[in-house]
Amino acid sequence: MITKRIIPCLDVRDGRVVKGVNFQGIRDVSSPVELAKYYSDSGADELVFYDITASAQGRRLFTDILRDVASQIFIPLTVGGGVNTLEDFDRVLKCGADKVSVNSGALRDPSLIPRAAKRYGDQCVVISADVKRVDGRFTVFARGGRDNTGLDAVEWLRRCVGEGAGEVVLNSIDTDGVRGGFDLEMLSAVCDAVSVPVIASGGAGRVEDFVTLFKALPKVDAGLAASILHFGEVTVADIKKALRDEGVNVRL
Amino acid sequence: MTGIIDYGVGNLFSLKSSFAAIGEECLVSGDADEIRRMDRLILPGVGAFGDAAGKLRESGLFDLLLEEAASGKPLLGICLGMQLLFDRSLEYGRHPGLGLISGEVRPIAEAIPAGLKIPHIGWNALTYTRPSALFKNVPEGSHVYFVHSYHAAGCGPSTTAVTEYGGTLTAAVERDNIFGCQFHPEKSGRVGLEILKAFAAL
Repeated sequence: MITKRIIPCLDVRDGRVVKGVNFQGIRDVSSPVELAKYYSDSGADELVFYDITASAQGRRLFTDILRDVASQIFIPLTVGGGVNTLEDFDRVLKCGADKVSVNSGALRDPSLIPRAAKRYGDQCVVISADVKRVDGRFTVFARGGRDNTGLDAVEWLRRCVGEGAGEVVLNSIDTDGVRGGFDLEMLSAVCDAVSVPVIASGGAGRVEDFVTLFKALPKVDAGLAASILHFGEVTVADIKKALRDEGVNVRL
Repeated sequence: MTGIIDYGVGNLFSLKSSFAAIGEECLVSGDADEIRRMDRLILPGVGAFGDAAGKLRESGLFDLLLEEAASGKPLLGICLGMQLLFDRSLEYGRHPGLGLISGEVRPIAEAIPAGLKIPHIGWNALTYTRPSALFKNVPEGSHVYFVHSYHAAGCGPSTTAVTEYGGTLTAAVERDNIFGCQFHPEKSGRVGLEILKAFAAL
């Protein structure tokens, strides 16, 4: 049976990884290639590279490092950040990305998803949404959580999947950064609404949070891990061993 | 040298890089003369079967691949490239394939219980049905990376490995010099590189 995936997420600015503190055996924790190798060796099932660069120069650096990573790391790579057009899809796919994650770009131009899915296939298009409770309603936010779009998250994600998004990354703004566990209520609502894989994001603070996630919500396919891994206290292997011990099917 | 067939379908960057990683030479080419000079060939592919088969025909590579396969040269199809090896596909219509291995490409939905997600996407374990040269350094139960919504059915004795996803799906096939992997060895970490290395040694 298919395994639950653990996916480290790396934020890259001007060619360097932004988070990442101390890892045994790595000389340069801000080197995307070294960090990607480290994660791949410790059992990461996939990697997400998030481009948080604003400048054109930084964007070129990003594609350079993506090419470096993709030529040395042989697990699926997803790229997000600043993807607004089909040309952006093309740019990162040519550098070795397997999937492209869109967020604000799809909110600005909802035709981006169907057009990308038609050209590159559904499996290539990931819809990522930053969602927050507003008056008890799951609401989509744009521009990294700054703008309230007023859109209902479940409706929005159902529409994106209907138009060709092959995977959903659900990032709960309410639990993000708190490190108190994933947003099970929000994830459950989205899992019930879509038929494609759902990746949980936001809130992982301990190994046990992943166990709780997959035990409580067997429909969730993967967990994204950012800050929990970036400090080097917890490894992907630690998470997977804990999952295996609890009877969750993982690749070890 | 291994030739990676370029017929305008899919992303060849990772496949090419994985050959560099295992220290084997490869050439990405759509040129008939170059392809004839290769020791072995890989047919990659992502997307829809009908489009890919159409592109193979338009480029003249369809008949060339049949000739090369008949000459005994090792040929490995990956993902959609594997599906193209079969008699036909029922993806959006009915499209003839290369017919190098008997079998038919059908929707996964027919083979698994309702409620399971399609595409079958992620890491799944290999179960061997008979020995294959491709897996000689890969222990049974190893995980490889799949992304597909259609699967090869009725492959009979050509099947060398299967994977479980609510039902049994064909993971790999082999008949004489013709090989196919439904999963992506170039995205399956060390296990995948071992499989490519074994093919490069044929």
